[in-house]
Amino acid sequence: MSWTALLVLAAGAYGFKVLGLVVLGGRQLPAPLARCVALLPAALLPALIAVQTLTTDDRWVVDARAAGVGAAIVAAWRRAPFPVVIVLGAAVTAAVRALA
Amino acid sequence: MAETDGGPPPPHPVTASIVLGLAVGVFGVSFGVLAVASGLSVAQASAMSLLVFTGASQFAAVGVVGSGGSTAAALGSALLLAARNGAYGLSLADVVTGRLPRRLLAAQLVIDESTAMATAQVEPADRERGFWVAGASVFLFWNLGTLAGALGGGAIGDPATYGLDAAFPAGFVALVVPHLRTLEGRVAAAIGVAVALVLVPVAPAGVPVLAAAAAVLVGLRTPPAGEAPPELAAEEPS
Repeated sequence: MSWTALLVLAAGAYGFKVLGLVVLGGRQLPAPLARCVALLPAALLPALIAVQTLTTDDRWVVDARAAGVGAAIVAAWRRAPFPVVIVLGAAVTAAVRALA
Repeated sequence: MAETDGGPPPPHPVTASIVLGLAVGVFGVSFGVLAVASGLSVAQASAMSLLVFTGASQFAAVGVVGSGGSTAAALGSALLLAARNGAYGLSLADVVTGRLPRRLLAAQLVIDESTAMATAQVEPADRERGFWVAGASVFLFWNLGTLAGALGGGAIGDPATYGLDAAFPAGFVALVVPHLRTLEGRVAAAIGVAVALVLVPVAPAGVPVLAAAAAVLVGLRTPPAGEAPPELAAEEPS
């Protein structure tokens, strides 16, 4: 990743924050649009989880990552602390990988 | 100290923010390690955490780059994830007070954790304090963690040996849980996962996750119960 791309990303990320808090802040958005914006992470993060867990390049793959992320899902579902979820996901993946 | 009706008392902003910051610091170490593993320099990893300061976007950008995606796909995916900070900012506009320079500084701290901490409080003063304390705590630990992870990453060998490649999605699992508490959140998640997985064999890296954004259109069809304006509720599905 180039420095230019990094700075473009930084400018864009800050731009969204300023747009919400300072530029548009306090004004009223149409309710359907507001709901769509709020749903972006709900749509994208699970998709990212699925892609990073169940695919390699352009193939579907079920391997040690699925076990680790499965454990992370159970931990998160049971309201385990954030670090526990991450460490468990990595540890289970490493353990399954070592045993395989 | 005000109590909510029947609900649990809000977390103490300072205590909870420090705990939250430490947790994010661990995540920051993972980011630093994985950023370097994805080809970023230590300086780039640190600069990204200082300047971008949006965990999901940073993981997305580094994840796409690390999985061979284009810069455009990395930026697109990262900026789509960063877009939610705009929505957070809208919801925090009444919380963060003061003059323009103060609000411009506050904007950099508009993230999941500061939003959650602020909106968990009852009193307006606690809300603003929660925002600043959580934002500052997460900023400090996220950047310290990134630096430590980026510096130490080369010494600990292949991150996959320790399962750290799974730390990406495992961390996202923890971040996504709040979005699954509503029906439309769960529907958007299910559609997003389906769209992404279907596209993986036929689309370039990064595109499947970008295309999952289409799932947010479920928001047009399922207004929260009891809050639908009559004209919206009466609208024909199209």
